[in-house]
Amino acid sequence: MRVKRFIPLAAFALLALLLFKGLSIDPTALPAARLGQPFPDFSQPELLTEEVIGASALQPRPALVNVWATWCYSCRVEHPYLLALAAQGVPIYGLNYKDESEKARQWLSELGDPYRLNITDRDGTVGLDLGVYGAPETYVLGPDGVILHRHVGVLDEAVFERDIRHFFTAPGRVAQASIQEGGE
Amino acid sequence: MHRLLCALILVSSSAWAVIETYEFSSPDLASRYHQLGQELRCPKCQNQNIADSNAPIARDLRVVLYEQLEAGQTDAQILDFMVARYGQFVRYRPEVDRQTVLLWWSPLLLLVLGGVGVARHFRKKDHHPAQGLTAAERDQVNRLLEDRLP
Repeated sequence: MRVKRFIPLAAFALLALLLFKGLSIDPTALPAARLGQPFPDFSQPELLTEEVIGASALQPRPALVNVWATWCYSCRVEHPYLLALAAQGVPIYGLNYKDESEKARQWLSELGDPYRLNITDRDGTVGLDLGVYGAPETYVLGPDGVILHRHVGVLDEAVFERDIRHFFTAPGRVAQASIQEGGE
Repeated sequence: MHRLLCALILVSSSAWAVIETYEFSSPDLASRYHQLGQELRCPKCQNQNIADSNAPIARDLRVVLYEQLEAGQTDAQILDFMVARYGQFVRYRPEVDRQTVLLWWSPLLLLVLGGVGVARHFRKKDHHPAQGLTAAERDQVNRLLEDRLP
């Protein structure tokens, strides 16, 4: 009978815990549907060479695929960090998403080019197949070409060290279990 | 005058939906377009369906929806296409799976729990009906009353 008195308290504690957890959940985070699947194949021109490429051109791996566009302000913010990563030897492939190629080429010649190559995705079809819903987004491609991680928003050093670095430091141990979702 | 204005504002809210023109080959396709546009959720703006949203991604998904309808895809095929890319999130009525089972069934669960609670509450009252006074209690009451009454 005594126990009954504590039911409201227990219910309150449970609710408080639930709501407290809710505070730290990002309501705009969207689970990536493509995690654990190979990068969707495509047939699009490369931005600079205009040679038609497919998913097999994304070598070497593991690598980053960065979705960017000249109309995207946050892309300008993360650009210097991408240059720094490329200088460290991290392979980065660009997905020039719904952009004008001429402006994109100008951007790269002015701000520097961190990309091994760039997929030209004028109509956003590659982005659609990938589940992209804005720019910038950054995907981690595993050694076998499987998408291991997605980061939505600006990629900076804190995010890279926390969520992405381990995909590159232990390439042999990139297991299915480490597939995870990140977002901002 | 104010009333008329309010009425106009209320009525016109339905006109906020995005205005685009698509030429459908049959009225049936047009009605399925509107139905699916209501049911698909915009990944960028989350609390709007793709029919209402002005986000670029919503516009892209409307184009895809239109093209797939004209290409003769069934509703199920179109929904599968969207879910493969954007997850169950993209549907306002997601399929029941491990992630959405709580979403679907928790209202019923809470209703049942509440019902059980209410039933127990009332049954307990039935088990302890108000009983009359015992003879000893009645004597005590009478004594107390006699003391007070003149």
